[in-house]
Amino acid sequence: MNARPRYTVPTEYLLLACLVLFPLGAYANQLGSQMTNLLIFAILALGLNVVVGYTGLLHLGIAAFFGIGAYITGILTIQGYPFQTGFVIAAAMSTLLAGLAGILLGAPTMRLRGDYLALVTLGFGEVVRFSLRNLEEITGGVRGLNPVPPPSIPGLDDATWINDYRAFFYLTLALLTLVVIVLRNLEHSRLGRAWVAIREDELAASCMGINVNRAKLAAFAVGSALAGLAGCLYATKLSTTADPNTYDFNRSIMMLCCVILGGLGSIRGTLVGVLLLMGFDTILAPALDQWIQASNINPQGYAVLTFSNWRLLIFGLALIIMMRVKPEGLLPSERVKLEFQHP
Amino acid sequence: MMPLLAAAEPTHLEMFLQHCLIGLTNGSLFALIAIGYTMVYGIIGLINFAHGDLFMLGSCLALSMLKFVAPSESTLATASPLVIGLGVLGMLIICSVFCGALNVAVDQVVYRPLRNAPKLAPLVSAIGVSFVFMNIGLFWLGPADINFPNLVSDHNLLGEDAAIRVTLKDVLVIVVTVPLMIALTFFVKFTRLGTAMRATEQSQTAAQLMGIHVDRVIAVTFAIGGALGGSASVIYCLYINTVSFQMGFQNGLYAFTAAVLGGIGNIPGAVLGGLMIGLARSLGSAYIGEKWTSVLIFGILIVILVFRPAGLLGSHAKEKV
Repeated sequence: MNARPRYTVPTEYLLLACLVLFPLGAYANQLGSQMTNLLIFAILALGLNVVVGYTGLLHLGIAAFFGIGAYITGILTIQGYPFQTGFVIAAAMSTLLAGLAGILLGAPTMRLRGDYLALVTLGFGEVVRFSLRNLEEITGGVRGLNPVPPPSIPGLDDATWINDYRAFFYLTLALLTLVVIVLRNLEHSRLGRAWVAIREDELAASCMGINVNRAKLAAFAVGSALAGLAGCLYATKLSTTADPNTYDFNRSIMMLCCVILGGLGSIRGTLVGVLLLMGFDTILAPALDQWIQASNINPQGYAVLTFSNWRLLIFGLALIIMMRVKPEGLLPSERVKLEFQHP
Repeated sequence: MMPLLAAAEPTHLEMFLQHCLIGLTNGSLFALIAIGYTMVYGIIGLINFAHGDLFMLGSCLALSMLKFVAPSESTLATASPLVIGLGVLGMLIICSVFCGALNVAVDQVVYRPLRNAPKLAPLVSAIGVSFVFMNIGLFWLGPADINFPNLVSDHNLLGEDAAIRVTLKDVLVIVVTVPLMIALTFFVKFTRLGTAMRATEQSQTAAQLMGIHVDRVIAVTFAIGGALGGSASVIYCLYINTVSFQMGFQNGLYAFTAAVLGGIGNIPGAVLGGLMIGLARSLGSAYIGEKWTSVLIFGILIVILVFRPAGLLGSHAKEKV
């Protein structure tokens, strides 16, 4: 391999820098709120990437931790509970407690092999979703917990948070940037290298003196904690924890698709995956729907002529074709690329 | 779930038996679907996420056939039992063939090129196939739940006043599922192809060296699994009387849980697991509360996986280094 030039700005920073300029672009006002959602999902996907991408543990229940984060924020901030803490404490607690929940799930499942672990996480995700729905005294059932107040930061009143998408956009972008910086450093740390070693060969890694269980638990904790942070942001942005079905298996799978399509184990890949896939799902598909409706192509209202009715098909085909053509993802990390070429 | 319309106030024991009956009939449906999961997993180590949605497409076909043959409900009301019986048999055969063929086609087009790829690739493709199937189902049925006409009578075979309801539907489920499972067990145990299947399961390379056409064996596995899913879909339609494009996901998950519970890759295990999941579901909804049944079932899944990952009947294969 050629030596890389010494001073390149990492792609992920370039991407984030482009995002800073987003509010200046055309359509920014219409898309701003959706874009903020994408950034929140990016944090969630980066969390999943720690578990699936770095450590190679198939996790099918990341949405549960997303939900846990959202509900902890709800419980800590809404009226009706005695806490009513500010956003900062809620965010910190959501991150911490979701990370703790990750350890609780991870600890008994350490010895499970790939597929079985995937199923346990899937089952856990469903258990959490149904519990959120059924424990109505605590979680408000299908109505969720609301209203979650906006963050109180000096100089910004509540109306600004609600009316100007840029407040949340920049808050989320700042946190996303922080997450990216932390993860980039983590990647090259002792722990990050241990994760990659486990992904490549668990047995060899343990023979080299890596404490496999501890590293895996750490991956679970970090991944879940990031998901919890994303959940906190999501609830605060929506000002409600929403219906527990927001945190269902579909969400987990969507996030997994983002990570896999973008490139396993690669921060920039995950960011691109989220922007493409979730962007398609939440921005492009509705926009095309509106366009079809506005241009009067479909006066009879045929289901076939509604674009968003095709989204599952498009997703499915994209996944199938991707696995056939470029299973390592669009922007994989160098190591993953090699692993896929020489399995 | 069936309404309990017993005339006299049923005793606790009778209630319990009633729930067991419901659980066992539901469970044998889960078992039929679970076999499809377990066979495919046993032979190529793939969690076939699309299997539940294949089952859903089978129900779509059953509904469409019924609508084609009898566009109005009144035609059905006047049809003789013999005609309906033959019709059900025809539906069973056509749906089984359809689902089996579709499953093989998907295997050939999607999974086969990925046989030597890392394990994640076919798994993600299976999720993709499941999305595609779901979308086809959405166009086929529309977004709402659709009522499937009641072809089999709801009359209580023990007499309308009896405390326990046993209807023709329950009988139908048992009459279809049990022979299929027995036939399959014999097929896998005693025929040449079944032996080849078990050999391929143990080691593809060794099987190939012994002259087994591995690709054909895998295709047969997908065909059988799909066909069982197809017949389960018809029975499901007749028994539950509702079809929706989303039914594949939930039933697929339950069936998969059943497969894991019994020991994945193990056919009698899948049957046992299916029955247990059915029982857990009906007894759980009777005594714990309907809304907690899913938690109960997934809780069982987690506990089994954590404490006995090989399942109830599976033997734990030591991982070789």
